[in-house]
Amino acid sequence: MALALVDCESFYASCERIFRPDLKNIPIVVLSNNDGCVIARSTEAKRMGIGMGVPWFKVKKDFLSQGGEVFSSNFTFYGDMSARVMNILEGFVPEVEVYSIDEAFLGLDSLEEHYNLYDFSCHMRSLIRRWTGVPVRIGIAPTKTLTKIALNEVKRLNVPTKVHQISTRQEIREALVNTPVNEVWGVGRRLTEHLNKAKITNALQLAEIDPQHVRRKFNVVLERTVRELRGQRCLNIEDNISAKKQIVVSRSFGARVTDLKTLRPIVSNFAVRATEKLRYEKQKCSQVSVFVRTSPFSDHKPQHRGYKTIELFTPTNDTRDILMAAKQALLPIFRSGYDYAKAGILLSRFTNETTKQYSLFKDPNEPKENSKFMEYIDQLNNYETQIYFASQNTRSWSPMKQNMTSPKYTTSWYELPVVS
Amino acid sequence: MKVNYIGKISEENLPAIFVPYFLESVHAGFPSPASDYIESPIDLNKHLIKNGAATFLVRAQGQSMLGSGITDQAVLVVDRSIKPTHNSIVVASIDGEFVCKRLKLKPKMCLMPDNPDYPPIFINHGQELEIVGTVTAAINKF
Repeated sequence: MALALVDCESFYASCERIFRPDLKNIPIVVLSNNDGCVIARSTEAKRMGIGMGVPWFKVKKDFLSQGGEVFSSNFTFYGDMSARVMNILEGFVPEVEVYSIDEAFLGLDSLEEHYNLYDFSCHMRSLIRRWTGVPVRIGIAPTKTLTKIALNEVKRLNVPTKVHQISTRQEIREALVNTPVNEVWGVGRRLTEHLNKAKITNALQLAEIDPQHVRRKFNVVLERTVRELRGQRCLNIEDNISAKKQIVVSRSFGARVTDLKTLRPIVSNFAVRATEKLRYEKQKCSQVSVFVRTSPFSDHKPQHRGYKTIELFTPTNDTRDILMAAKQALLPIFRSGYDYAKAGILLSRFTNETTKQYSLFKDPNEPKENSKFMEYIDQLNNYETQIYFASQNTRSWSPMKQNMTSPKYTTSWYELPVVS
Repeated sequence: MKVNYIGKISEENLPAIFVPYFLESVHAGFPSPASDYIESPIDLNKHLIKNGAATFLVRAQGQSMLGSGITDQAVLVVDRSIKPTHNSIVVASIDGEFVCKRLKLKPKMCLMPDNPDYPPIFINHGQELEIVGTVTAAINKF
């Protein structure tokens, strides 16, 4: 019985290094949208004491003066590198659950009798490194919750192979006793406080409580965690086929937006992007919500939050229908005289693309029955051409302040890495 | 120069709107005799890329590999999963820069340009050389 958790080391920072051999051993940080906070740090940057999530302006001067290199986030590039890593994993292992952009769970039960899982994982790791340039760590254990702990052990024990397996009772106990309870998967800050009050500070102490008692005293989720820590599998590898329930596209603005003339094209961009994602998921939606809000941090200024949902009688994934709904939702919630800091769109109530349910009454906004049209637009936009809808903002996707983005090395003909 | 016709290019990878080659009408008559002979069209990706997850495209700059048929601005297909051997064309990083040269392992390891105007690059003591991948094809556009 074995599962594994694969985790890309400092993923975004590692990606930035792949096509920049000059950045070897140089501290790297990657910033969130609008260059607000540090969201990834290379080992060197961690060693400099740059914390996760710190506002960039606070560490900027120190970091740069010590020779650090900074990047705005380049999700197009990270997404492509992530897909490559996941692709390789899927070639090795029959059961892969892509958990996030830089993590995946592997089901190794069927491989256990044929391979030494530790060697197998080491081989997988070196292959991923060679083929993509992305360094990964792998934790092997009987349950998902324990794989996360095995992965932490890689760091704590400074394992040179970056692969660690805990399978015997003794190995699991040793790992648990060295894991603070707040580092257990699913144990948040408030729960940690509760547990600490009950004198439970490490994972072993948590594992030793009677699960039934945990269920009565806390909840069924923590009970499951306790069982998993004891090596009893409660969470299985989930296939990623389960369809999404909603799609959100939202951004904070780099500069404040005050008028509808600026805001509407931005919301249109969100609508276009969200609908592209919807078609990619092969879904149609029948609910479109738009929200706008001012910045809660500038509390000396007047505050406003607006949220409105438009119901569509017939499910659609045609951008023109969603744009129309987005406009209907935005106009009533927009008020002038405010500095808007963020807006977004949410598509929900999905139905499968192929099922079609007609509305009993005539739908005043009958969706466009021309799916080929959107298909062609998608095809063109996947290439270099950008076809815009009239209400979009064509200059920039959203008014983001990002000027340290690396090239789209792997997805744009015009930004390929150069060799001499 | 003699050229052989290989076949037509795959349309599904081309983004432009294309016209289907075989249009069979449903209503009447004898079905197209060609329909049994439709084969999947030639796909350049299949021809050029063996291992997608490990393949990267890079752009060549300069004339140093002209002898190998790599012109300035050519797009190179680099497969990181192929282990280079003596005489492989490789992309390597040296002194923090990417170069594309022919790898020579004997008599002394060096990176050899394919143009007499350029000198070979020997790896000096303390210099770090990392072979990134093997170049499997060059796409020169005319």
